[in-house]
Amino acid sequence: MSEFRMPSLGADMEFGTLVDWRVKPGDAVKRGDVVALVETEKGVIEVEIFESGVIDSLIVQPGQKVPVGAPLALVRGDGVTAKVQPPAAPVPTAPVEAKPAVEEKHAPKVTAITAIEELRRARVSPLARKRAQELGVELSTVTGTGEEGLITASDVEKAALAKPGAEPTPPAAPMVAAKGLDLQAMRRVIAAAMARSKREIPHYYLATTIDMSKSLNWLAAENAERPVTKRLLYSALLIRAVALAAREVPEMNGFWMDGAFKPGEGVHVGMAISLRQGGLINPAIHDVDKKALDELMENMLDLVNRARNGHLRSSELSDGTITVTNLGEQGVESVFGVIYPPQAALVGFGKITERPFASGGLVGARPMIDATLSGDHRVSDGHRGGRFLLAVARLLQEPEKL
Amino acid sequence: MSKSQEIEIREVVLRALNNVAPEVDAGAIDPSKNLRDQIDIDSVDFLNFVIGLHKELGIEIPDADVSKLGTLNGCVAYLQSRMKGS
Repeated sequence: MSEFRMPSLGADMEFGTLVDWRVKPGDAVKRGDVVALVETEKGVIEVEIFESGVIDSLIVQPGQKVPVGAPLALVRGDGVTAKVQPPAAPVPTAPVEAKPAVEEKHAPKVTAITAIEELRRARVSPLARKRAQELGVELSTVTGTGEEGLITASDVEKAALAKPGAEPTPPAAPMVAAKGLDLQAMRRVIAAAMARSKREIPHYYLATTIDMSKSLNWLAAENAERPVTKRLLYSALLIRAVALAAREVPEMNGFWMDGAFKPGEGVHVGMAISLRQGGLINPAIHDVDKKALDELMENMLDLVNRARNGHLRSSELSDGTITVTNLGEQGVESVFGVIYPPQAALVGFGKITERPFASGGLVGARPMIDATLSGDHRVSDGHRGGRFLLAVARLLQEPEKL
Repeated sequence: MSKSQEIEIREVVLRALNNVAPEVDAGAIDPSKNLRDQIDIDSVDFLNFVIGLHKELGIEIPDADVSKLGTLNGCVAYLQSRMKGS
């Protein structure tokens, strides 16, 4: 019997609230199955299990907040265990609301079962749950109008208005903190992770300017032929080039853990995605070095969409081996980023701008992009970092091979 | 082109937009102003939005036409003209 624990979904996570179980005792699970929904400061994450087996019992009930590493369920293993367990974060000593790990084999009170079952049946957005609590609305009475019958905050608000004696609530502002995100809490966890990074990681910074004309010309010709569902964005070329360069210079790809560098077992590129309502999330695309550009593009579209709609998976938040941040669309020319611990490098891209470019004694205008590297001096130095950026630049000169 | 079709297309556009920017209040968007200036969607979001329009309406949207989708009004006018042609 083994314990399925609250995973660490990034350097900045200390606690998670179990929102819902996707399994019940007796269910067979295999590695990679989504077994629970967990809410963190960065939204609701679909948590995958690392071990195959049969769910024996559920320890933590929906609504409970527990620290990273706390047991959530007991699993009877089938002997097939994961090679890599997620790094067990130190368990904080703060008081938690979790009940002791007691198996609830005996039927709890009927009302509790009903409430939990209702939560299981109904798909409810976290913001909707929060609003329902605030407004005293029974979720079972609300009809969901969202995707697949999802109950949204506005459904709850409508139901609240329909209640006798209900007071109208002010309409949501255009940029409300959707998905139940607590922006202050999110800022706190980002601050903690970035402070840790700046405190512990001796950063060095390098910059180079890359000619993007070949990449952009190739892209324009490709996209003219492609249907909208197969269209490519230049950011896919950048991410692919970073992944291939990271394979060439492996010191950029992996984790600093327990006083040593552990090279990544694949190149899983984290994409820094800024959430419009504030804050930042850094999910990874797995095995970018082994993926064709088309597949990478599909993954990017899907990942950003799920980041916006709150369906990220736990492995995407814990597996990143290097991060790319692209602030070019914000009009920024260069970005010198802060490494996302325990990773060892972060690559930044600015805006593509036409700049004078001298070649063969002649000056012309070319679309150029600033690429920067923030490297961890415990792992590599400027020489290797330079090789890495040079590889990125070289790879972008042959976009058809990416 | 009927008024009801225009309303229908506008709803499809707003639904596709809601999918890429669920936290945005569609009612607050100025339909004549550039979408990306108003709601801070990036190129990945925008491509997801265009793919969403394509999937709901079954219209192929060539890359050269994407610049016509910059505003809500532009989207409705373009999609309407494409549906007329089909």
